[in-house]
Amino acid sequence: MGSRLRDMIRSIRACKTAAEERSVVAKECALLRNAFKDNDQDYRHRNVAKLMFIHMLGYPTHFGQMECIKLIAAGSFPEKRIGYLGLMLLLDERQEVLMLVTNSLKNDLGHTNQFIVGLGLCALGNICTAEMARDLAPEVEKLLQSNNSYIRKKAALCSVRIVRKVPDLVEYLTVPATGLLTDKHHGVLVAGVKLCTELCQSNELALEHFRKHVSTMVRVLKNLVVSGYAPEYDVSGITDPFLQIRLLRLLRLLGNGDADVSDAMSDVLAQVATNTESNKNAGNAILYECVQTIMAVEAIGGLRVLAINILGRFLANRDNNIRYVALNTLVKVVSVDTQAVQRHRTTIVECVKDSDISIRRRALELVCALVNENNVKVLTKELVEYLKVSDPDFKGDLTARIAGLVQKFAPNKQWYIDQMILLMVEAGKYVTNEVIRSLVVVISNANDLQGYVVRTLYRVFQAWDGQESLGQVTVWCIGEYGEFLINSANELEGEDPLTVAESDAVDVVESVLKDSRVTPTTVAFALTALLKLSTRLPTCADRIKNLILEHKGSLVLELQQRAIEFGSILTKHSELKATLLERMPVLDEATYSAKNEMGVDGQQTAAAVASESDANGHLKQPNGIGKQPAATANLMDLLSFTDEQPSTSSNSSGNALLDLLGNGPLDGSNSLTSSAKHSAGGADMLLDLLSLDGPAPPTSAPTSTAAAPLAGLLDVDPLGNIPLGNLSLSGGTPKGPPAVVDPFANLTSTAMLASVPSPDPAPGFPTIVAMQTSGLKISFDFTKPADSPKTTIIKAFYSNLSSNPYTDFVFQAAVPKFMQLQLEPATSGILPANSTNSVTQLIRLTNNMHGQKALVMKLRVSYKANGNNVLEQGQVNNFPAGL
Amino acid sequence: MILSRGPKLCNFLEWRGLKVVYKRYASLYFCMCVDADDNELETLEIIHHFVEILDRYFGNVCELDLIFNFHKAYYILDEVLIAGELQETSKKSVARVIAAQDTLIEHAKEQSNSLSNIIAQATK
Repeated sequence: MGSRLRDMIRSIRACKTAAEERSVVAKECALLRNAFKDNDQDYRHRNVAKLMFIHMLGYPTHFGQMECIKLIAAGSFPEKRIGYLGLMLLLDERQEVLMLVTNSLKNDLGHTNQFIVGLGLCALGNICTAEMARDLAPEVEKLLQSNNSYIRKKAALCSVRIVRKVPDLVEYLTVPATGLLTDKHHGVLVAGVKLCTELCQSNELALEHFRKHVSTMVRVLKNLVVSGYAPEYDVSGITDPFLQIRLLRLLRLLGNGDADVSDAMSDVLAQVATNTESNKNAGNAILYECVQTIMAVEAIGGLRVLAINILGRFLANRDNNIRYVALNTLVKVVSVDTQAVQRHRTTIVECVKDSDISIRRRALELVCALVNENNVKVLTKELVEYLKVSDPDFKGDLTARIAGLVQKFAPNKQWYIDQMILLMVEAGKYVTNEVIRSLVVVISNANDLQGYVVRTLYRVFQAWDGQESLGQVTVWCIGEYGEFLINSANELEGEDPLTVAESDAVDVVESVLKDSRVTPTTVAFALTALLKLSTRLPTCADRIKNLILEHKGSLVLELQQRAIEFGSILTKHSELKATLLERMPVLDEATYSAKNEMGVDGQQTAAAVASESDANGHLKQPNGIGKQPAATANLMDLLSFTDEQPSTSSNSSGNALLDLLGNGPLDGSNSLTSSAKHSAGGADMLLDLLSLDGPAPPTSAPTSTAAAPLAGLLDVDPLGNIPLGNLSLSGGTPKGPPAVVDPFANLTSTAMLASVPSPDPAPGFPTIVAMQTSGLKISFDFTKPADSPKTTIIKAFYSNLSSNPYTDFVFQAAVPKFMQLQLEPATSGILPANSTNSVTQLIRLTNNMHGQKALVMKLRVSYKANGNNVLEQGQVNNFPAGL
Repeated sequence: MILSRGPKLCNFLEWRGLKVVYKRYASLYFCMCVDADDNELETLEIIHHFVEILDRYFGNVCELDLIFNFHKAYYILDEVLIAGELQETSKKSVARVIAAQDTLIEHAKEQSNSLSNIIAQATK
């Protein structure tokens, strides 16, 4: 019962508020539910219609799905019609209820009434699943050859969907489809051509088959083009543009890669291109398709020129749609024929400034594809000009593109740096960390430009507006090259002389430090810079010290740590300052640029990683031991792993950079997951040698890891075996990247700990010899505390097998990331000659993957014997099982 | 997304890797979502084709027509597109077919009415 459909619609539309509408709909749904429950036959079709309306408004209507099926199963045409419509609207192919319809569909496909057959084909074509497609394919194929054109055309389109769902059926449909091509009825032709296109796209054999029928298609197309006015199919003066476009598309597929076929169609293509009028949208649509076809097949030169001219005309058209379409095609063309597109460069650059965002995006993409060494300067200038006035949402995109272009095509370093500085000034907050890193690399590599850079930055900084990136780079440069600022070294010709006092330089850093707009990362940069400045600008040392110590109580852990540690360097260890804070070694540009390719282009270049980088070397080898190719190869492998990570976020490649800097916690790089671990256990070992002492579990803190490398870039010179007690880590505490401390921890892996609880003797772990060389033997005793099976307490015994006493004996160890290591200080630093087990040391190991992975450990031992410094390394693989 | 666009801008939008083509007729927007490699200008033509057929059927179609006769609009759509592909390029043919189906429905209704009359009379 209930109201008529019209009344329900009216009442819903009369609601003034959303809540009112909801209540009306709820009432109607309740009525509908009751009606369905009562199995009301008479008004079922009306109820389903109401249900459909409610569905269109967005309310849930799953309770009505069975009703549709009942309607379909009913006998009469009206009910079937509503039933199928309901089926198509209320259900989708994921519903299991759909399968119940299969039988009804089968019956309907064999019905005598053409409209009922049509309904069935339509429903099948819109939402069938793969199983239904398979079941009913034979019926549909039969209908493809029916006498009735109405049915033929629907069957053809239904087959399109079947082919999409079940590609295996292509073979059965190829022959019937060919028959359709010679049909007289336009509807059938349109559908048939579409079916052939679909077949060709999914199957090579079908493609070959249809290539033989090219002449038929060419003939049909020709007829359409030259035919006179046909009232039934005319659209604004053109005969059946839809069919023409379909044919052109099919020809495109067939001609691609086949010269003969392309020859056969070149005439008609030329005809279409020249004869079609382009003052109406329909004509333009045909021309668009034609141009695409010409560019895709093996066309002769003249034809291509024709096509590009058409595109040029489109580009100059005032209609936005046409311009959009032109830009779209040009992007594809530019890879084929760059010269021709270059001619239109100015127009394209104009389009970048258009008011329509779709056009702007397309134009930008095209411009980036057009850039080469010759025009990069001009284009970049244009783009940067535009950057100043563009919308915020477009700025990010634009900045990234400009940065990419500059990096790829910079003719010389100075220009590159200039552009980047400009970029940062204009769009500072959109410049990503990636880009900042590579800028830093370039600067560090450009020795003669460093003075210029730092002076330019100083000048630019006077107008600083809180941009992060500019702040970071400026602060870093001043920190590294502060003295160039004061003594005006390496002035380039044409550069205005600049007199800067030492305190001015510190002013700059201080203003960054104190600005409330910057993130902790930048403040960390600034602190580090200040520390470097304390050696380079000795007159300001006190002021610097005070500035640093101001952050002693900062709430951000990273800053607090830095402040305290730097402070103590300045106060207690000032003799180390000079060597500590020497200029950073040059960062390897090749590796950086390789990394950047991936970050910017989003592609995975397989052979990306270049030669060994010094940055690794210096951090790892405080005692001046040479690089070990094998170990570094492992490191390269690890880097190439990060390359293979599918994530395209620039952060991940940025983090890979951090790893390159040999920095400790590879935490931020979530991409370094198990795949990296499995494939290169050796690499892991190496990295953990670098990371050392309690590798923190991966945290996703990209910004703070950004701070990490630059801090870690402090040139750590050999501090020898001085236990920097007050600087060392309390190992094993997983917190944010304790980057700065790592270099120090590297040198002495002695970590201050809570005292190791006396372990209960665990049964059955034999003593092993961890390392044995001609002069030294190290053995490990194992015990496990009863309360935590993951932990192992190792007592290491050192024996001196030579006749020289060993002094300054230092033991270091590294473990993979899944383990944590804590060392107690050894009982003594001196091993008497020919002594056995004279010195002991306690090591605490926690295996987070206890039971899954066995323990491994790398050892390094350094000592002085007979006046010589000796360094020995080894790996312990023979840990007893079960640890 | 579409409603926020100005009048002079082009009718194409990129969304989730697909393209949305829309055309505005007075207060109504007709939107079609197509693949990235489909011909956008042709899509505009298809939209226009459909709207013209609707116009012919309803006679100067307006928004209310579509609201109260949404099922009919859908039937017409089913004659124009299947599986997202254009079916029939001739407006006349579509109109003919829809008219034929409407007649069928009329007949069926008349029949059922007369039947129920007979039954009603018989049971009185």
